[in-house]
Parts: sequence; structure tokens; C-alpha cells
Amino acid sequence: MIEIERLQKSFGTNRVLDGISLSIRQGQVVCIIGPSGSGKSTLLRCVNGLESYEGGEVRVLGKRVDRNSPEIRATRQQVTMVFQRFNLFPHRTALENVTEGPIYAAGEDRAAAEKHARELLARVGLTGKESAYPSQLSGGQQQRVAIARALAMRPKAVLFDEPTSALDPELVGEVLTVMRDLAREGMTMAVVTHEMGFAREVADHVVFMDKGRVVEQGPPAELLTAPREPRTQDFLRRVLRPLE
Amino acid sequence: MTWSGFLRDGQQFLPILLQGVWVTIAVTLCALLLSTALGIVWALMRTSGKRWLEWPAMLFTNTIRGIPILVQLFYIYFVLPELGVDLNAFQAGVIGLGVAYSAYMGEVFRAGILAVDAGTIEAAESLGMSRARILTRVVLPQAVRIVLPPYGNNLIMLLKDSSQASVITVAELSTQARLIASSTFKNQEVWTMAALLYLCLSIPLIILVARLEKRFGRR
Ligand SMILES: Nc1ncnc2c1ncn2[C@@H]1O[C@H](COP(=O)(O)OP(=O)(O)OP(=O)(O)O)[C@@H](O)[C@H]1O
Ligand SMILES: [Mg+2]
Repeated sequence: MIEIERLQKSFGTNRVLDGISLSIRQGQVVCIIGPSGSGKSTLLRCVNGLESYEGGEVRVLGKRVDRNSPEIRATRQQVTMVFQRFNLFPHRTALENVTEGPIYAAGEDRAAAEKHARELLARVGLTGKESAYPSQLSGGQQQRVAIARALAMRPKAVLFDEPTSALDPELVGEVLTVMRDLAREGMTMAVVTHEMGFAREVADHVVFMDKGRVVEQGPPAELLTAPREPRTQDFLRRVLRPLE
Repeated sequence: MTWSGFLRDGQQFLPILLQGVWVTIAVTLCALLLSTALGIVWALMRTSGKRWLEWPAMLFTNTIRGIPILVQLFYIYFVLPELGVDLNAFQAGVIGLGVAYSAYMGEVFRAGILAVDAGTIEAAESLGMSRARILTRVVLPQAVRIVLPPYGNNLIMLLKDSSQASVITVAELSTQARLIASSTFKNQEVWTMAALLYLCLSIPLIILVARLEKRFGRR
């Protein structure tokens, strides 16, 4: 569904993605892990067309992702994104945040969009919060609204960029629960995360990135418990036992 | 000046001063519309990220900001006709004030646009919204909330600066007051009334701006 081939991306002279190849099949949950600055966010942003790239190719449903082509809007509606800092529209209620895309990007009828949005908010456990503004919600609730917003486009896949990193520890669980349910229902997901427990439990495939390259990838049982590459071993040791 | 004297003079001068009030309101509103429209254009140009748009907007607004409104009014009223553009005093006043204030409005709008969280724009992009929709649904509504207090202050200053149009014979409130005062020599009475009338115009604006701030301040 999502194919990334020898993707290259630089900011000035800083090569941030250096020949990434990766493919995500329908219904797969792929977790991307790696140290800060390794290019994980940039990779997701290239898939969503938020970032241009110089070399290689990203294809979504067989179509090349090109930030400047007129088709990018259609592609984005099929692969939506959940951000680390939620990025909710502060001037709109939870319900309006969720209906914004369907109504104003997809041209859906308002009544239908609202009905769907209420269902989605119920699904992420936010019944009763429809008319709350983002500032009236906790971080965990805001991120769940953001997930509902991403789902409202009825996307074929959802990209998550460290969806729990900006949350207080006690709020991480509620967001991961929603994502776990989503994975169970068969949603195709690419998740950049530092939550190794989530990766182990939910991922079909784990990718370890460092310095703009894929160092190692494989099923979570292999990669997370018996990594082959020294860099992966080193990273996992630091993430799992940060105080040593 | 006695109270009864003031009231009697008031009865006599008020109708003339009120004519001026209407002109003041008209000049202010027309100049507000013009400066808002132009200000939005400057702000969009200056935040477009395209140098060929940013540069002329910056040059134009800074030039305007560097010239006193009085000089701009004279220029438009006396110099433009020599170049073949005929304007009556009212039109020249509106254009002069509108263009002058568009530079200030543009700065206010620009600050508002820049203060909009870029993350919300990316979120809208990632949903596949068009650039126009992102502008009208995400950027401008957020910018409006940020912009309202300084915008309201500009409006109040514009109301007061509309009195500068008297130099090119626009028959607004201060022009009428000056005419009455110079023919009756009742400076104290006339200017007190003019000041009170300006306050009657500006205080509702001050209250209105405070209300809007309160309403839009909620997020
Ligand atoms: N807009 C930008 N302009 C210039 N450099 C950038 C930009 N965005 C990212 N970078 C650089 O690209 C590199 C990779 O950034 P990226 O955000 O993709 O890393 P990451 O793996 O997501 O890190 P983190 O775990 O901290 O989120 C970093 O060195 C960063 O400084
Ligand atoms: Mg990142």
C-alpha cells in the first residue's frame, strides 16, 4: 500500500534520509524506532507529502507522492496523519475538528459528516466531549480527538508521529489503547514511537532507523528481543534501561 | 461658560456639528474598508514566502509608514489631479487615510498570520484541504482572534486621524467645529462639544472591541 524506495532527503547539506526503502502492506502495523534526529518524522512527512524529497520515490496505492502535484490532496485523504503535538484547530470544538476534513477537504455533506464524527468520538472514548474546545481537554483527550480527525477521512492508512511523546505518563495508556483497537480492526498504520511495549505487542514489523538509514528491520519478536546489529542493541539497551 | 449658555449654544451648533459627525463616520468606515482590504493583501504578500511578492509589499508599506498622513493627503488631493486623476475631497480623504492605515493594518495582520501555529496548518494539509480552504478555515479565523485587539486600536486611531482630512477640506467633525469656532469665537463651547462627540464615537468602539476580545478570546 505504501512503498518507499531509496528515498533521499536533505535539508541544505544535511542528508536526513539516505536511501530508505520500506514497504507497508494493507492491514500491516509498522513501528519505526530510532534515536532522535534519525529522520523518522521526516520519513512520515515525506509519505504525507508535507515534505519534498530529492531522490528515490514514495508511492501510495501505486501513485507517486509529489508535494507539488495537484493529486497530492487526494493522496493525503487516503493516508492521514496524527502528530506528536496533536495540532488540533484551537478555534473549533472537538466535533468540528473531526468534521473539518470530511466537509472542507472531501466535500461531504454536513449531517453525514457529523454523524460519522460522533461515532468516531465515541470510538475513541470521547462521548460527551463533542462541544469541548481543545483547550478544555487533557493531552490524552486531545490526541484522541486528533486520531478521530485522522479517521474521519476514512483513510486507507494512518501515520502516527510519536503520538504519545507529548503526553503525561498517566495519559499515554488511553491513547495506546485506542491505537491498539484500531490495529485490531485491521487499519494499516505506520507508527513512530518510543513505546517498546506497544511495538512488541501490536506491530507486525519493526524498523530501526539511525542517521537516515534503515539499520535493521523485522518482526518485533526478532528485532526487539534479539537484534543483530550492534547499533540496534545499543539503542534498545538505552531505551529499555535508561538509568544504567 | 455657564451651563445654560452651553446648552443654548449646543442647540444652535449641534445640527452643524452632527453633519460633521456623519462625514467623520463615513470617512472612517470607508477608510477602514479600504485599509482592511489592502492590509490583507500586504500581509498575504509578505507571508507568501515568495520574494517577488514579499519585496514590493515591504517597500510599499514601509514607504507609506515613513510619510506623515498629512503629506499623503495633500499629495493625493493636490498632486494626483495634476497627473489627471480627479478626486473630490471626500474620495481623496478616504484614499489617503485608507492607504496610510493599510500599512498599519498589514503589520497587524502579518503578526496575526505569523502567530498561527504552523502545526495546525500542517494538520489541515495532511487532511487534503486546499490552500484556499486552509487560508479561510484555519489561518484567518485563528489570525482574527489574535488580531482583533490591535485591529480595534487601529480603528480607534483611524477615527481620530480622520480629523486630519480637514486639511483637504473634508467637511468632517473637526472641520465643522473649526468653522463654527472661527466665526463665533466660542472656542471653549465648540471644542468641548467636538471632544464630547468624538468620545461618543470612540467609547462605543472601545467597548465593542473589548466585547469581541472576550468572545473570541475563548478557545
Ligand atoms: N524543517 C527542517 N529544516 C532543517 N532541518 C530539519 C528540518 N526538519 C528536520 N530537520 C533535521 O533533520 C533531521 C531529522 O529530523 P527528524 O525530525 O526527522 O528526526 P526524528 O527521528 O523524528 O527525531 P525525533 O525523535 O527527535 O523526533 C534532524 O537533524 C533535524 O535537525
Ligand atoms: Mg520526530
